[in-house]
Amino acid sequence: MSKLLEIEDLRVCYHTYQGDVQSVRGIDLDIGYEESVALVGESGCGKSVTGKSILRLIQAPGEIREGSRITFDGRDVMAMSKKELRAYRGGEASIIFQDALASLNPTMTVGRQIMENLLYHRRLSKKEAKAEAVRLLESVGIPKAEQRVNQYPHELSGGMRQRVMIAIAFACQPKLLIADEPTTALDVTIQSQILKLLKQLQTENHTSILLITHDLGVVASIAERIFVMYSGVIMERGSGEDIFYRTRHPYTRALLRAVPRLDGDSKQTLDSIEGTPPDLIAPPTGCPFAQRCKYCMPVCEKQMPESTAFSERHSAACWLHHEMAPKVAGINDFAEVLREV
Amino acid sequence: MERERKPLVEVRELKKYFPVGHKEVVKALDGVSFEIYQGETVGLVGESGCGKTTCGRIILGLYDKTDGQVLYRGRDVHAMSRSEQYAFKKNAQIVFQDPYSSLDPRMTVADIIAEGIDVHHLARDRQDRLQKIYYYLNAVGLNESHASRFVHEFSGGQRQRIGIARALAVEPEFIMLDEPISALDVSIQAQVVNLLVQLQKEKGLTYLFVAHDLAMVKHISDRIVVMYLGTVVETAASEALYARPLHPYTQVLISAIPIPDPEKERLRAAQTIQGEATVAAAAEGCQFRTRCRYATEQCAREMPELREIEPGHFAACHNLNVVNG
Repeated sequence: MSKLLEIEDLRVCYHTYQGDVQSVRGIDLDIGYEESVALVGESGCGKSVTGKSILRLIQAPGEIREGSRITFDGRDVMAMSKKELRAYRGGEASIIFQDALASLNPTMTVGRQIMENLLYHRRLSKKEAKAEAVRLLESVGIPKAEQRVNQYPHELSGGMRQRVMIAIAFACQPKLLIADEPTTALDVTIQSQILKLLKQLQTENHTSILLITHDLGVVASIAERIFVMYSGVIMERGSGEDIFYRTRHPYTRALLRAVPRLDGDSKQTLDSIEGTPPDLIAPPTGCPFAQRCKYCMPVCEKQMPESTAFSERHSAACWLHHEMAPKVAGINDFAEVLREV
Repeated sequence: MERERKPLVEVRELKKYFPVGHKEVVKALDGVSFEIYQGETVGLVGESGCGKTTCGRIILGLYDKTDGQVLYRGRDVHAMSRSEQYAFKKNAQIVFQDPYSSLDPRMTVADIIAEGIDVHHLARDRQDRLQKIYYYLNAVGLNESHASRFVHEFSGGQRQRIGIARALAVEPEFIMLDEPISALDVSIQAQVVNLLVQLQKEKGLTYLFVAHDLAMVKHISDRIVVMYLGTVVETAASEALYARPLHPYTQVLISAIPIPDPEKERLRAAQTIQGEATVAAAAEGCQFRTRCRYATEQCAREMPELREIEPGHFAACHNLNVVNG
């Protein structure tokens, strides 16, 4: 089966007075039809920049570097004309952001903001668009939708605003939805409502989802495949089970162990990751995680490791998987893991 | 929990109403009571707008109360004389949520940390002051070279450490941690939490840990107070609360937290609740009733009292028998 979206060697940099910040440093990523994929990483790792790049939303001083290839449904996104881009953004691929209040226009009613999409992309009449806006608001679970269409964003709560964003995003039944930290600003009870809604809309509309988040818990419930990103590169990729049960990268493992779990023992010391991510103006030539990695070897600081594949879907970029590397339980020594279990 | 221990902080029927014009009020706190014992960590959890930060700030005397009492070592925080207040403010400190806006950008890190030391005359001379600054910088995992820098030169995690160093510098007994880690990245959160736990052991501190991240609260707290729209709905020892939550709201809250484990996530039936936390139209009755699936007519009429269901485990609900089968 061919892929809906394929990204090859994506490089994005931001020109600043201090130098070029290399936010994304050559990543490959693909999303199948009707698949949900998650991109996980800490702030500043380039995950949001990747999401925006897919819609070519990178603005100056940022720039998608020459040689980056983004293919959407068989078409080259990098070669799209302005007109094609307009039809593509919002029509075939849409995005929702973390901060719904900042993303919505405060001077327009939410109804008109949903209608905008319908009038432009689906060429509905105003009357039809209004009726469709009400239907969309109902479909995202907003009660009294007829009244809500005439309200402004500030009259709605945070969860409601995010629902409006989702309604706008799904207005044209896009093939791809990019959800950039959609629940980070919300309370847990609202978060579970929104996640449930996204899953439901995905099945109804046959949409693919790229979920960008830092929360591994959110990812576990929704994503079929997970990409773990750090300092502008993909460290590990694999199915949910691969990432959570057959972790092959020290960074992924450290991330999983750094969060306390409700189902775990309390009062144990958390395995913290010492140090901070590297400066991306002058990114390290070796593995970017080397400075903070427990298993760092001399080679790690010199050269970026190649990706090692463990199965068709699962691969990790770490020198520990080189045949000459020492054995580390749980990462490249499976006998040791079996004993632990 | 040792019952004979005297509480360090006692909150009694605390009420705080904020006027919102047209003679209307928002009941941010409506009769909140709990105790904090010496050397323990109490987690105060709830969704945004439930009054947890307001409660913490009233305890420290940063806000006035509308009604009720906060006692610190038996003394009413809001009726202290000036000299008592002065001593109280040395003993009770706060670490704020936002490490960006809570530190003065025009002061050096040394001056930020030493501000309390100066106010309370804790340093004998300049040399002693500097020694103290270095000591607290080291205690939070920073070093001497950081002292002369300004806050914009630090990352979020480092800034939060400076905030903690500032709170520690006056040798307090009690620290209110107002969402100290929610602005930080996952890998940095663990660093800060481990630091807080270690400092508590070393210095015998008492913490009030205000947060909405239940997993982290479980990790750090001995006892937990769950709030919903200005009222306490459940309090219990941390283990008991997670093992057997009694109140329907606590149950929903715990079940809403996603578990980083796909297998468990698939198997477990997450309870989603409808609606959002909004103040019920009528002031009477249980605040949670509008979203509660067990709500009866009694819930609309009278506010449930906090009752001790098991030793040390309190819940405020009329229908506990129905809820817990």
